[in-house]
Amino acid sequence: METLQFDVTVIGAGPAGLAAALAADRAGAKTLLIEREARLGGILKQCIHDGFGLVRFGEKLSGPEYAARFINQLPESGIDVWTLSFVSAIHRDHNENLLTVITREGIRLVQTRALIFATGCRERTSRQIGVHGRHCAGVFTAGTAQYYTNILGELPTKRCVILGSGDIGLIMARRLTLEGAQVVGVYEAKPTPSGLTRNVSQCLWDFEIPLHTSKTVTRVLGDMRLSAVEIASVDECMRPISGTEEIVPCDALILSVGLIPENELAESIGVPIDSKTKGAIVDERNETLLRGVFACGNALHVNDLVDFVSESGEVAGTAAASKALCARGLVAVECDNSLLYVVPQRLSRNANEHQRVFFFRSADDLDNATLTITKGGSTLFTKRFAHLRPPEMERLTVLLTPEQLAGNEPLRFHLEVTNDE
Amino acid sequence: MNENQTPEKQTREIVCIVCPNGCRITCTKTADGIHCSGQKCKRGEAYANAELTHPMRTLTTSVRTVFPDSPVVSVRTEGEIEKDKLREVSQALAHVRINTRLHAGEVVAKNICGTGVNIICTSDRLVHKY
Repeated sequence: METLQFDVTVIGAGPAGLAAALAADRAGAKTLLIEREARLGGILKQCIHDGFGLVRFGEKLSGPEYAARFINQLPESGIDVWTLSFVSAIHRDHNENLLTVITREGIRLVQTRALIFATGCRERTSRQIGVHGRHCAGVFTAGTAQYYTNILGELPTKRCVILGSGDIGLIMARRLTLEGAQVVGVYEAKPTPSGLTRNVSQCLWDFEIPLHTSKTVTRVLGDMRLSAVEIASVDECMRPISGTEEIVPCDALILSVGLIPENELAESIGVPIDSKTKGAIVDERNETLLRGVFACGNALHVNDLVDFVSESGEVAGTAAASKALCARGLVAVECDNSLLYVVPQRLSRNANEHQRVFFFRSADDLDNATLTITKGGSTLFTKRFAHLRPPEMERLTVLLTPEQLAGNEPLRFHLEVTNDE
Repeated sequence: MNENQTPEKQTREIVCIVCPNGCRITCTKTADGIHCSGQKCKRGEAYANAELTHPMRTLTTSVRTVFPDSPVVSVRTEGEIEKDKLREVSQALAHVRINTRLHAGEVVAKNICGTGVNIICTSDRLVHKY
């Protein structure tokens, strides 16, 4: 079988993959973009609400409109786009990657110098959060309910309970209400909502949908179809408190309980994964610890803004197109438990660009917090933040000189509330 | 002056939905107008003023089509409409059925429910294969 040769191959044509492929093509690389679905755009296809692109385009676009800004550049580019194509295996040999791809024309072999994982993320399901009870129909993830409503045009519920206050759950609460369904309430086990504050405001408050925090679904009831859920209050450790149970009649339970980067393919070739982000460990060019293998977008870490997903794709695409393979001189970037995570997890001491971009989330809601970055005994950077919330990712630009990065001690990120008194 | 007749000083905290910052804006209604604090930009102040006097929203929803490959297509209001009209417009769109393969940006319904705002298609899925 003939082996097709590419400089850069991007797996996944959502916002990260589209941006990565376009950036690699602009940098002169012979680029292949592989998508398993029939249409490009990934999850943006079904995100018909607006608010995308404010950072990048200064406009409030809907998901399909945002995706079109990139998709419409493809015909002018030299990118080979394969839809309905699935990477079934990757074989790595001397920094070359050999991909087996199932396509409409049959099996194809692809040899590529650089490989970019833009495989996005998956929703957590009821099994993963331990919802007990009958295996009846009517338990959906928010993304599945969104697919039914916005792509298939079928309303999946007439009266539902939403568990979890992630952004997709909040968006679906509004969407289902506007389509005529009754949303009994959004229940969140944590004491604060998981989604962006603006989504709590425009999706729940605008439609008088109640938000119940520190409550969870403990049981699912129903035979063929779900008929009710049992809801209980939880303590600080998120354990249900007995005696607080109530039965809420409904025909669907919609889950918005978190997203996990999808990295089965990356792990199959041994890409080291960060236990905090559940995505690959990367340097500032989004190159993983395997040379020539890159990760970007929600496969790298779950973002709350698509604008940053596109940016991350472009960083990976541009870097992957470069043929120069010099030693990176990696230094580790770590955070203590005042942060949920920081990306990238490594910095290259030999990078030409001294302006470094970091993304991080705080572990708790903090007002007037100061972030410090230290290395060895010295403080390299401090910045004060008026509000930090775990659902709202921060993007940070820091100028770090090669002298500051000398030595093998890791960079450490730490957050502390500043008391002015 | 009778104290009961003085306009009450009302304070309300709203969350700005203009951008992802989600600024918490404290609005105080006084006799001379609305005073805002906590917003990081001018758009936040404009949003807060509108929110307290005539709240406006963009509606994004879907409309049925006659095409089996895309039974619905995504649409939105071309500009903002009154928040109180969101349900009415959404219900009116339940009776619309698209029978031409529209491009993104093309008008689906003119002057919806007398708001003066058009409904436009936001997706190219009716014309693109990919």
